Amino acid sequence: MNGWLAPGTWNVALVGATVCALIVVSVVRARRGAHVPVRSFPPLLALDRAVADAVAQGRPVYFVAGSQDLDNMQTVAALAVLRPLARKVAEAGGRLFVPTNRSLVMDNAREICRRAYDDAGRGDLWRDDWVAYISDDHLGFVARVDGLIARERPGLCVLMGFFASESLLLAEGGHQVGAVQIAGTASAVQLPFLVASCDHVLLGEELFAAGASLEGDAARLGSLRGQDLCKLAAAACLVAGSLVATLADVTGAQPWLFLRDAFLNVFRAG
Amino acid sequence: MKQRVPQIILTVVALLLIASAFVARPEGSGAPFGQRLLAFADQEFATWFSILAVFAFLLGGLNLVATHLVKIRDRGPDRYYSLVTLVSFLIVLVIGTAKLGGPPGLQGDVTAPGSWLTAVFDAVLSPLHATLYSLLAFYIASASYRAFRARSLESSLLLASALVVLLGRIPAGRHLTAWVPEQLAFLRVEELSLWILRVPNTAGQRALMIGIALGVIALAVRMIAGVEKDPRSGGDGS
Repeated sequence: MNGWLAPGTWNVALVGATVCALIVVSVVRARRGAHVPVRSFPPLLALDRAVADAVAQGRPVYFVAGSQDLDNMQTVAALAVLRPLARKVAEAGGRLFVPTNRSLVMDNAREICRRAYDDAGRGDLWRDDWVAYISDDHLGFVARVDGLIARERPGLCVLMGFFASESLLLAEGGHQVGAVQIAGTASAVQLPFLVASCDHVLLGEELFAAGASLEGDAARLGSLRGQDLCKLAAAACLVAGSLVATLADVTGAQPWLFLRDAFLNVFRAG
Repeated sequence: MKQRVPQIILTVVALLLIASAFVARPEGSGAPFGQRLLAFADQEFATWFSILAVFAFLLGGLNLVATHLVKIRDRGPDRYYSLVTLVSFLIVLVIGTAKLGGPPGLQGDVTAPGSWLTAVFDAVLSPLHATLYSLLAFYIASASYRAFRARSLESSLLLASALVVLLGRIPAGRHLTAWVPEQLAFLRVEELSLWILRVPNTAGQRALMIGIALGVIALAVRMIAGVEKDPRSGGDGS
């Protein structure tokens, strides 16, 4: 086995395998009917009301799936939110515009929206050009989307996925037309801008849980439960590690020093 | 079958790529087949994605032309914007494809100094980018004004900490608390500013990063296990 494992990766493999095992066990338990307590996300609770209000006012809904391609997990998480959102808009009889800056994202988003409108029995409403490719260039994309927002005056703008400097440009565009803005990103650098300019924001990991939470089926909720258990384990490790490191430094006793080294070995980066 | 085959491909490719990150690189041709397979997967799958992305450019370009042609044909209110977009797109496409003004031939660098594409970038695209980017300054000011209004305990804390950090980064801020005696130097605004950045800010950022990492893993596990179906499938995923 020694010849197989790349040097310095055993600890990442160990922690990764433990996390995956916790999530898989939670999914299996949820599928077998175990009760899955999952906290609700206020931004998602606001989504239903915002969709209903936008449609009632005759204003469209805008959805932007970040600025990265499908090889970015935040884009995948954003598309997981798009499916239930498209269903809600279709059921309310509204218009959903999805400007994209990657053609693979456009292709996927179009299929998701078309199916959602078909599933809601509103296939007659759907138009393929509601999901459009704009430009791979970030600022060119923002210029076009802000222009569309200014002219179409959407009632709800949903910004999900990875954003760079365009986050604030997009969010302020929506704010200027009085749209309700719900955002979510795992980009720590852009979170403050979205928090400052949007009505509701999914912070970090909540973006990855949003799709599962909106769909609400047992297996997906089970994975959220697993995710929460992993967070609990991470917090416990942080507390235990701090205690052990402090005791090792204060007492200098061999068992504490051994435990501290073990902790450092398991959780070392790189 | 239409849903199962993509799911199988996704699961196999994802597991191979994950495994390849943990398996040692094969040394020589005598390395076990498994090691060579994982090294091959690691090396080749990224190339395959790049090849797919090239075709995606074509898909995007065709969609752009089709969408704007329809808008012009239908004489919609935005048809002039569409016309500008189409003309700009076609001009840049011709300039880039024909490599006007630059070294000719397949190997010729399309962005070489003196090429028309470089001129378009320097004279048109770059100033447009700068203009749009400069709007950020005004947007930051208006967004900060809304966020920093002290309406609740949280926004008051945000306002107070932002003020301390801002003051701590400018010389005038340092002069404000220069009178604080040496024994209480930790109360000087620049020290408080550093403390906010190093302690509560770092703690928050790390908590965020741990949560994001777990979220990514959970989403990946859902996709590999087929719980999170292909977003195009429209199924319930259970």
